[in-house]
Amino acid sequence: MDNVLMIHPRDNVVIALRKIAAGEKVISKSLETFTALNEIPSSHKIALRDIASGEEIIKYGEVIAVSTRTIRKGEWVHTHNLESERCKK
Amino acid sequence: MTINGYMRKNGDFGTRNHVLILPTVFCVNGVVRKIVKEVPEAVGINHAYGCSRGGLRDIEILFRMLSGMVHNPNVGGVILVGLGCEVSNSKNLMPHIQDAGKPIEIFNVQDDGGSLKTAEKATAAARQMLEKVNCQQRVPMPWNKLTVSMKCGGSDAMSGVTANTALGAVSDWLVEKGATVMFGENTEMIGADHILKRRAKNEQVAGWIGKMVEEAEKLTHDIMGPLAGLVISPGNMDGGMSTIAEKSMGCIFKGGSSTINQVVDYGEVPAEHGLILQDGPGNDGDAMTGMAASGSQLIIFSTGRGTPIGFPILPVIKVSSNSKTYEAMPDDIDINAGILLEGTSLNVLRDRIIELMIRVINGEKTKAESNEMDAFTFMTVDPPF
Repeated sequence: MDNVLMIHPRDNVVIALRKIAAGEKVISKSLETFTALNEIPSSHKIALRDIASGEEIIKYGEVIAVSTRTIRKGEWVHTHNLESERCKK
Repeated sequence: MTINGYMRKNGDFGTRNHVLILPTVFCVNGVVRKIVKEVPEAVGINHAYGCSRGGLRDIEILFRMLSGMVHNPNVGGVILVGLGCEVSNSKNLMPHIQDAGKPIEIFNVQDDGGSLKTAEKATAAARQMLEKVNCQQRVPMPWNKLTVSMKCGGSDAMSGVTANTALGAVSDWLVEKGATVMFGENTEMIGADHILKRRAKNEQVAGWIGKMVEEAEKLTHDIMGPLAGLVISPGNMDGGMSTIAEKSMGCIFKGGSSTINQVVDYGEVPAEHGLILQDGPGNDGDAMTGMAASGSQLIIFSTGRGTPIGFPILPVIKVSSNSKTYEAMPDDIDINAGILLEGTSLNVLRDRIIELMIRVINGEKTKAESNEMDAFTFMTVDPPF
């Protein structure tokens, strides 16, 4: 059964529908299965592909943040590796 | 997929055909309660405020809300109960409501022999009005005569993932059908103004959006001072929200992804169709009153923690963001978006909400309607004196 939700086709992150353990498979009908690199808390974001430092984080099809370092596919995406576009201004 | 409503003289359609017992001021709330006790088929409103709210903006809002309840398409006739000396007495209100094209009977406690006599006279009038109003039949209603408002309240970490995503899909479907979809809660748009502006129909609408969000942010700072940052709180962060733009998107997404055609003031009736932004508060009661005054005939309301609140003259469909809340409050929640977490696809959930919405438009009662869970409050900007 799916353990993540892709909200919008443009997104580069998916949302954990429950807690996902490090090394666990990330599963969604709309995606090819990949592996979670960290423990992902429920409702948190997972990188859907490698994201370069300074690249936009897209959820809801919109830019919600900018990454502050390279994020690998399957990594937990949160305040430790992104910053608000607003704060950069 | 046919929807049927009650056609009004001005071409509006109601999803309900209420006889509304409307107090002009809280001094006469007890009279309204007496009438509704005798005539339970009528819908009574409990007024939130008295006089002594003198600011010009507050008076403007007061008249717009009362007049908005009278004009709302779900209302087939009005028993207006006033006191006599209030700012919003029937004489002052009349110019705002006489064009409503529906029966309005007026009673004033100071002229009609006090509370009990007034209640007696108004009860008789309400019975007569009901007999007439109940004769009206539903007729096929075009989708472009429907305005649905999207609201969220008592949110949790899943609200922006499951429920509001589903509401967004319903919003897009409704706009495609030609209906009007309204959403608001200006404090929930802070940090996402650049995203909303990009979706504006033209420069003018983008300008309105910018001004609206800027004012909401300033107000938040004025009221909350150093705590303004709590608009994105540690609780939000724990729930996976990393930035205020992300939190705001979770709220805004319930309006879908259509072009924003107009920004209306709190309680203002939109001139445009499609997606409309209301410059109003996020508070559940205040927001729903504004949406009703703007002519909405239905509200779809997502909730994570589970709020039972509805609105006196509008059906309010409750959508829970998770199954735990749905199972904990089976008499309050109409449909569960938590099934998205359990393998149901977004398209299936969207279609189920649409089917329920159509049944509700055609007369099926929502849980909040059956339970008579409602409130009538509206935004005020100045303190009372």
